[in-house]
Order: sequence, then structure tokens, then C-alpha cells
Amino acid sequence: MAAVLETIGLTRHFGGLVATNAVSFRLEQGARHALIGPNGAGKTTFINLLTGVLSPSEGKILLEGADVTTLQPDARVRRGLARTFQINQLFAGLTPLETIGLAVSERLGGGADWWRRFGARPALVTEAIGIAERFRLTDVLDRKTAELPYGKQRLLEIAVAFACRPRVLLLDEPAAGVPEAERHDLLATVAALPRDVSVLLIEHDMDLVFSFAERISVLVQGALFREGTAAEVAADPAVRAVYLGEGDDA
Amino acid sequence: MSLPEPAADAARLLGRRARIRPAEWLFWALAFAALFLLPERHLILNSIAVQALFALSYDLVLGFAGIVSLGHAAFFGVGAYAAGLMTKFVTGDPLLGLAAAGLAGGVVGFASSFLLLRGSDLTRLMVSLGVALILAEIANKAAWLTGGTDGFSGMAVGPVLGRYAFDIFGHVAFAYSLCVLFVLFVLARIVVHSPFGLSVTALHHNPLRARAVGVPVNRRLVAMYTFAAIYAGIAGGLLAQTTQFVSLDVLDFNRSADVLLMLVIGGTGYLYGGMIGAALFVLAQDQLASLTPQYWHFWIGLALVVLTLVGRERFAKRLGAFARLLPGAR
Repeated sequence: MAAVLETIGLTRHFGGLVATNAVSFRLEQGARHALIGPNGAGKTTFINLLTGVLSPSEGKILLEGADVTTLQPDARVRRGLARTFQINQLFAGLTPLETIGLAVSERLGGGADWWRRFGARPALVTEAIGIAERFRLTDVLDRKTAELPYGKQRLLEIAVAFACRPRVLLLDEPAAGVPEAERHDLLATVAALPRDVSVLLIEHDMDLVFSFAERISVLVQGALFREGTAAEVAADPAVRAVYLGEGDDA
Repeated sequence: MSLPEPAADAARLLGRRARIRPAEWLFWALAFAALFLLPERHLILNSIAVQALFALSYDLVLGFAGIVSLGHAAFFGVGAYAAGLMTKFVTGDPLLGLAAAGLAGGVVGFASSFLLLRGSDLTRLMVSLGVALILAEIANKAAWLTGGTDGFSGMAVGPVLGRYAFDIFGHVAFAYSLCVLFVLFVLARIVVHSPFGLSVTALHHNPLRARAVGVPVNRRLVAMYTFAAIYAGIAGGLLAQTTQFVSLDVLDFNRSADVLLMLVIGGTGYLYGGMIGAALFVLAQDQLASLTPQYWHFWIGLALVVLTLVGRERFAKRLGAFARLLPGAR
């Protein structure tokens, strides 16, 4: 199978600290892959390297075979690499419809369109509505994002990334902080993501990891520690020792 | 182009920001009514229109793109000199003069925008201030071109559209400035409600997320800053043409500070704030300066402190509550 996202010897130093240590990682086409690791394992740094927020000290990042190591974050998004954030990063003053519409508009090259009213293009509107339906946001389309229930904000967080029509979607703790009552909607929409989107899930919540992921990579102290199917990783005593044993309360 | 029901609803919701509100009709009706109803006040009304355009320009930078600047006079001043030079050496036609002013403002704005992409608000304040100071000093030193401290004079501005010659009462000047303001306002309104405009608003709210949906943040900031600088240049050009004179104070630090004050008074991010602020500012300056010429800045300072500490909304509410206590009020 072809890797849709691949890193080769990806390394990042912060002064003397090696936050990401020679990580060579492959995300297969259509994958449901989870990245786990104890606190401070370097998951966030790894995501920031993938998305271009940080640049690596060494190593390469390939997206569908093309080297994107030096591309800016927004250029990577346009190439098909979208992400969600662990802490909501939304536009407080916009509505969910406008937020999703903006992502669609940028993908359709709407950023250069300064003379038409936002929403004047039927293609944009139809697509935005479709995405809102998929993520169960139709009942709050027109509310200010800042006023939405937290669970809806988490859904919007994924919806707006999905609206970039990514080839690779990085989900950074999508269920973090979502109250039990709103959790079901969120997990159901994550499970229903179409297979042409390859998903890398970064997660603490083991229930979510094992219900969703087919493959799991374990990151410890900045390096890849183990990788395998969900069953293999769950059964691995070394993984249990470094992670599962201590991390149950996380 | 008929859409299915939910999509038609959505299209309507997406267009809602751009809908013209009744207060807007009122605002422009009042502005144009002043053309006919207040002929003896056209000189000061002209100066309000010019400042309003300048403040509108600054709102695009501060209110929409979220760039704080203390050097917006740079573009105003460059535009004023460009209009002056165009009139003196090329053609007296006012609209061509304005085109030169806008072009000059835009070129300087585009070039300096790259200095503002990095860094914090403080960096941006200092860099924009620095650019304006440099330009002011260049204008001062290049007296052979700008007239230096004596000012730039000898402009013979031709009639507008070849028909309406400027008069000493400011009738044509105000009509001209108001029409330019209106046209540019309409254009600005179209731009801020376009997909481009929404992306700029969004990146102001949250640059991290804007990048994460593929918005090329720096390019958008450069574009918006340049667009606003063109407006500021045209405002400077209007001042030069309608007063037939350019003095060094078009590039003065005070002018940059004043436009910030106007926007603080009127409120940012809805296009009208700068224009309302400009009107209040110029009128207050006129009234207070004739009452107590030396203490004008005392009063504006006091107003500023009250406004920022109390907050504009609360201030307006208190003022409303106070007004209801007055005899004769309901």
C-alpha cells in the first residue's frame, strides 16, 4: 500500500532537548491510525512538525510522495493535510456556517474573490450545508461559535478541518473535555469519516483509541517505541509498562 | 440558479452580514442632505469628509486586518504630495490627481507592509511609526520638491470632471470629497463582505486557525494593508486638492495619532466607526479650539481616558440614562 503521509528521520531539537528523535513514520492510504504516548512524549511537537508550525532540525516529510518539509502551514493545507486542535481554535465571532464556508471558499480559490458577496456561489453553499449535516451542526448553523455548547464546538473543529477536503486528517484529541452526553455524536461522526480520508488520531482516551484505530504507534521520549495493529499494541507488555499502566487516569 | 430549500436558507444566512441596514441609508441621507442644508458649513464638512476617508482607511487596517499602526499618516502624506506634484507638473485634472495619490499611497503601503508581517503589536507600532518619521524627514529635507517647511503651493487644480471649478466657500470641494468618500465606502463595503474580506476578518480573530484552513495569512495582510494605504493616499490627495496646499503636517505624528483617536471614538470593524469618529473629532476640535485654543488636547485627552476606561457601550448607555433625567425628556 502507498503511504499518503510519511516522515523520514524526522528530528527536532529545542536547545539540548530532543523533542522528536529520528521518527520514520508511515500513514497508509485510508488508514485509521492512532498515535499515543505518555505526557511529554513529543506528540504535540510531532504534530507541529507535520503541519508546518515548527520546522524540523533534520529529516523529511512527504505528502503523497511530494516533499513538503519546507512548505508553510497554509500551503500544506492546500495540498491536503488538515488538522484539528486539542484546544478549540475557532472563529468566535463567526457562525458555524460561515466558518465551514470559509474553509470551502479557500479551497475553491475564493480568497482572491473580493467583489462578490460571501455565499454568492451556489457550489460553496451546497457543500457547506452538506458538511454541516454530516457533523450534526444544522441546528446551530446561525449561532455565534462562541455561544455553542462545547460538544458542538468540538464537532465544528472537525467539520472545518474536513471542509478543507483533506487527504490526511490529523485529529488532536477530538473528544477532550466533551461531556458524556455529547460524546456519542462526536464519536459517531469520527467513525463515519469517509475512507478516502486517511486519519491520524492523537489521543489519550484509550476507549476511543481502541474503538477507532486499526494501527497504533507509540511515541516515547520523542522516538517511535512500538508500532502495530491495535491488538498487538494492546498485548505488548512493554507498551503496558511505559504507557497503559501509568496512563489510565489521563 | 435555484437552490434546494436548506441551501437557499444557508445562502441567505451567509449573505446576512452584507445586508444594508436602515441606519446606513439614514447615515448617507444625512451626509448628502448636508450638501443642500448647510452650505455655510461646507469648509468644515469637507475637512470631515477627508478625515472620514482617512479613518475608513485606518479601520480597514486596524478593525479588519487587526494591524495596529502609529504611522498611517505616511500614506496620507505621500498621497497629498503626489496629488500636489501631479497637479503642478502634469495635469490639473482632480481625478487623475487622486489616481496618482492612491497609487503613491499604495506603493508605499505595499512596500512597508512586509515590515509588519512579523512581530508583536508593539513591533508593528514602532515599525509603522518609524516609517512615517522617515518619510516626514525626507519631505522636510527635500524642500526643492515639497517646499519643506514653507509648504507646497502653486497648485492650480482644474474643475472636477472639467465642469465644476473649486470655489472659496468649499461647495464644490465638499461635494467632490463626499462623492469620493461614498464611492470608496461602497467599494470597501463590497470588499469586506467578500470571501477575501471574510478571510481577513477570520485571520484577525484567529490566525492559527486561518492558516489551518489554508488562508495564506501574510498575503492577505499585505493585500488589505495595501488596499487601505491606497485609500489613505486618496484622502491625502483630497486634502491637497481641496485646500490647494500641502504642508509638512500631512506626515505628522499627530495625524497618525488623531486617526487612531477617531477610530477609538467611533468604534472599529464596522466601517462607520471611523467616519462617525472623524465627524465628532473634527467638530469637537473646532468647537473646543475656538473656546479654549490652548487646551484642545486637554479635552480630547480627557474624552479618551473616559472612553477607554468606561467603554464606549457603557458610556453611551450612561449618557442615555442621564439624558432621560433631563427636564423635558420622557
